[in-house]
Amino acid sequence: MADALQPLTLPGAAAPVRGRWLRAIPVATLLLFLGPIAAGLIGTWLPAFGYLPALGGESFGLGPWVELAAYPGLGSSLRLTLVSGLLASLASFALAVSFLATCYKTRAFFLLRRLLAPLLSMPHVALAIGLAFLIAPSGWLARLISPGLTGWERPLDLAIVQDPHGLALALGLALKELPFLLLMMLGAIGQTRADQRLAVARTLGYGPVMAWIKTVLPAIYPQIRLPVYAVIAYSLSVVDMAMILAPATPPPLAVLVFRWFHDPELSLRFLGAAGATLQLVLVAAAIGIWHLGERLAVRLGRRWLFAGGRGHSGPWLPRGVAALVSLCVGLSIAGMLGLAVWSFARRWRYPEALPSEWSLDNWLRQSDGLLWAGGTTLLVGLAAAGIALVLVLGCLENEKRHGLHPTGRILWLLYLPLLVPQVAFLFGAQVIAVRFGFDGGWAAVVWSHLLFVLPYVFLALAEPFRALDERYTRSALCLGARPGRVFWTVKLPMLLRPLLFALAVGFAVSVAQYLPTLFAGAGRFVTLTTEAVSLSTGGDRRVIAVYAFLQALLPLVAFSLALLIPAWLFRHRRDMKVIE
Amino acid sequence: MARLTAAFITLALLTFQTAAAAAQADDWDAVLEKARGQTVFWNAWGGDERINAYIAWVGTRIAEDHGVTLRHVKLTDTAEAVSRVLAEKTAGRDSGGTIDLIWINGENFAAMKDQDLLYGPFVERLPNQALVDFEGKPTTLIDFTVPTEGLEAPWGMAKFNFIYDSARIQAPPQNAAALAVWSAINRGRFTYPAPPDFLGSTFLKQALIELAEDPAVLQAAVPDEATFRSVTTPLWRYLETLHPFMWRDGESFPASGPAQRQLLNDGEIDIALSFHPSEASSLIADGQLPETARVLVFPQGTIGNTHFVAIPYNASNAEGAMVVANFLLSPEAQARKQSSEVWGDDTVLDLDKLTPEQRRLFEALPKGPATLAPDALGPVLPEPHPSWMTKIEAEWLTRYSR
Amino acid sequence: MTWPRLAGALELHQIGLELNGRPLLGPLDLAVAPGEIVTLMGPSGSGKSSLLALICGTLDPAFRSSGEIRLDGSDLAALPPERRRVGILFQDDLLFPHLSVAENLAFGVPPWVRGRKARRQKVREALAKADLAGFGDRDPATLSGGQRARVALMRTLLAEPRALLLDEPFSKLDVALRARFRRFVFDHARAEGLPTLLVTHDPADAEATGGTVLRLGEDPAAEAAPAAPALSKATGG
Repeated sequence: MADALQPLTLPGAAAPVRGRWLRAIPVATLLLFLGPIAAGLIGTWLPAFGYLPALGGESFGLGPWVELAAYPGLGSSLRLTLVSGLLASLASFALAVSFLATCYKTRAFFLLRRLLAPLLSMPHVALAIGLAFLIAPSGWLARLISPGLTGWERPLDLAIVQDPHGLALALGLALKELPFLLLMMLGAIGQTRADQRLAVARTLGYGPVMAWIKTVLPAIYPQIRLPVYAVIAYSLSVVDMAMILAPATPPPLAVLVFRWFHDPELSLRFLGAAGATLQLVLVAAAIGIWHLGERLAVRLGRRWLFAGGRGHSGPWLPRGVAALVSLCVGLSIAGMLGLAVWSFARRWRYPEALPSEWSLDNWLRQSDGLLWAGGTTLLVGLAAAGIALVLVLGCLENEKRHGLHPTGRILWLLYLPLLVPQVAFLFGAQVIAVRFGFDGGWAAVVWSHLLFVLPYVFLALAEPFRALDERYTRSALCLGARPGRVFWTVKLPMLLRPLLFALAVGFAVSVAQYLPTLFAGAGRFVTLTTEAVSLSTGGDRRVIAVYAFLQALLPLVAFSLALLIPAWLFRHRRDMKVIE
Repeated sequence: MARLTAAFITLALLTFQTAAAAAQADDWDAVLEKARGQTVFWNAWGGDERINAYIAWVGTRIAEDHGVTLRHVKLTDTAEAVSRVLAEKTAGRDSGGTIDLIWINGENFAAMKDQDLLYGPFVERLPNQALVDFEGKPTTLIDFTVPTEGLEAPWGMAKFNFIYDSARIQAPPQNAAALAVWSAINRGRFTYPAPPDFLGSTFLKQALIELAEDPAVLQAAVPDEATFRSVTTPLWRYLETLHPFMWRDGESFPASGPAQRQLLNDGEIDIALSFHPSEASSLIADGQLPETARVLVFPQGTIGNTHFVAIPYNASNAEGAMVVANFLLSPEAQARKQSSEVWGDDTVLDLDKLTPEQRRLFEALPKGPATLAPDALGPVLPEPHPSWMTKIEAEWLTRYSR
Repeated sequence: MTWPRLAGALELHQIGLELNGRPLLGPLDLAVAPGEIVTLMGPSGSGKSSLLALICGTLDPAFRSSGEIRLDGSDLAALPPERRRVGILFQDDLLFPHLSVAENLAFGVPPWVRGRKARRQKVREALAKADLAGFGDRDPATLSGGQRARVALMRTLLAEPRALLLDEPFSKLDVALRARFRRFVFDHARAEGLPTLLVTHDPADAEATGGTVLRLGEDPAAEAAPAAPALSKATGG
């Protein structure tokens, strides 16, 4: 009897009994996540084909599509959408790649890496408003040099902002996406032992840029593919930035769709649903085209790699790229500065370089509204980021305890909310939420933010969490600590820095949300973002500046805290400091 | 036509006044009682900070006097609120709606009235409606030719006018045609907000009234497509000549009135549109316009209308909303609104119905440098029927939003 | 056969390990008496470390295992890692960087030592044993490699383990330090009467144990060191 082999066992078999609730987290997370998107998509597709009984659409038909095709200006709207969206995606991708290729581990690189968090924390609405103030014909840049250098007594009659081709929008998008792509690439580089690859290539006689493109880029691209797709999807379907930077007659497709959904003319809902579906198709097609481009690049690239060109470029290339990136960063920062100045201006007419009268009135007069909107922003942001953090930690801990290895498909699911245009499913989701009496409350707003916060928190946390040396956990377990205690007293403190960073990322994402707040909040939820956008279509510039500046300030404070708190807590623990 | 309107107004007044007499103080006390503790979600266009500040002030006063909390839901377009109520109706939410009060007039009111989306009639229940100048200001009862029937409470009077920078223009144009000539000489110095922004739409209506062969047809619904074509042809011809000389060659337009005002302050244009004759003074005081800004009205008259507040049929806090509507009609609130230091929106009240003390509130209002005397404002042209506006906006989009 | 029930011994019976359906190790029989140190040697990938993880209960679920592990006669399979009371030392000291030296040690003190005072006393004694009296408030990062290694051992011993597993704990120390620390570990293991299993690459480590050496990746029975004391034996099924 004693000879009998034990059946195959897992020595840790006792653990899952206690981790049952933990196992439910990934399932719950996916449901929480995909449920509203799937429902929202269906709720949008049905009316797109004429079916929405509540509005008298009883049968299926192509009516909405015929109407859509005949809509005046649809052609220019699509052209505008494609030009600005694709240009922004391409430019930010190309700039991010060429910056890392030419400036990896140079001074510019380290400087930019330090600036990444504040750049990332900048909400796109604030960035768009700041940029518009900056580059308009009567904007700050023109004021600084006029009329002295230019002789422009009056501003040029030139469409720089809201230009017919959407170039200003493309610029704004590129400024916003560049730091995101850089961050994603840096994360990917960290996992590929890029330094060794580069060293090997350099010893084989490859120039630094060529070595980077030939040995590092192919290794990191699979990991940044989804972020790049997310950039494409976002650029093609952005509403809030487009309302500020893109022309209005006609606007890009997503703005048109947004208008139709909010038109008092009820029948336009069908048109909106068809437009939203077209928006989805457009994004899918753009990603498809990009994917084909990838394959082509791989095929051509193989041959090119094999050819063995060493590519020694002169110093002008890194300098040029660094200058271009500096310009982008400079524009973003100057835009924020401009917001700050405007928020304290009383009278500031063209061509004065600075306000002729200053005042605190803008802040004081808005204090009630600011407190209210700021408080809502803060609460929703903290709730969404906090819940996201708990869910993500649950998923990651579950993955660790049960030795799961998530597949690429799961990652796709996670990215889904970033790949599906917001206007394509928010309407459908709203209809469903109204039906169940779920709209207009805190829960709905937080949930809608969670859809977009969760993926980013996961992206920010997964890597450091998985990278934590498993042997710390094992040591702690063997010292007699229960898994729960190990989690709370060993893992969490050791991961405090990335945890807080992920929280700040989640908070910043929530602060920036516009459409979800409007749709899920039934317009009752006034956040700094909704205020800034609604004011930006024509409010007092000084007040817009107040809201936009505060909107940019909140995430910045969050990132600073995420940096300072662990630094202070662990000021006497040398190994808890980040290694630069 | 005019006689018909007059007859209608008289009729409306009669029913109204008897109803008003019947409105009992008890009823209002019950309303006040129910309203206490309610939170009123007021959906109002939020594009003008001075108006927002005024609404915030209303909120504080209402909380003090009646224990009603006011939340201003800021809209970029009133149509958003209308569509919200529609969405709720289609979803079967016939009570517990998310909107309690809407700042409204014209086509949005017509749409809501048409679809039975309004609560009331409630105006006769408001004690302060007795002070409204229904006789002298017929637009308080006929909103864009549509009878209000007590479904919306008048709030303020608007009269279309222009603001120009007198430092740059000595002799401003005196009618629509002259404006086109002036634009051709001063290229790129004029523009109007893109319809359906109400100021932009009003500019089109103003031009149409001036250019149409028989403006009287505009007072009834558009009879048929052919009439619409023939009546509006002069307008489109006018715009074809005007646009090439406008700001950005008429290729793009500011999104709203305040955006256009900003352009005036930035020096990008020299003439802007306004709906409130005291607005210019108010903006000068606020640092948003140069001291040299002045108001211009066309001598033959400009469009005037009234703006209102209405309550959706499914409002959760209708009593609170009525308390707000009543407060908006109080001499205190009306006088403050008219002050050029606050907003500069003219009152709907009849000063003769006020006590001397209340009247003094209005007489004490500061006169800004750009404020015209009441007799210099010129005649009021009536708003066309909303169906004209809807069709003109659609046609404008087809022609110029490509 | 009859299962040799030895008081306090660590006994492995017919242990096998599989990864993705490929046999990695075993079947292996082994008994380690209290105070005895058995050395496991073998090439990388032969499953040495996985065997230790199996005994601890922290083996990656990707592995499949068979056989029976008993400690002091009781079956370990049913117990989660934290209740097995099997101490382990790794190549790296793995002191928790966010805790002070004393806090690291206190982490090991078992819950049945009640009261702040008693626990603190335990920590103080451990520091003294490691020749580190007064180092309690220090940041572990400020200690030398040898000091850190000693703290790590003390932390493990404070948890009052019933067996000790050593996963190449000497390999990162320099030569002079290595011999000293090795003696320190072995002395403590023997003094506390712990059955000890050492995994190493270094023949000097094996030699220093003066005990049984098992070579993995080959037939374990054939490779058992001839000088093996009677107690530790590799028995065929």
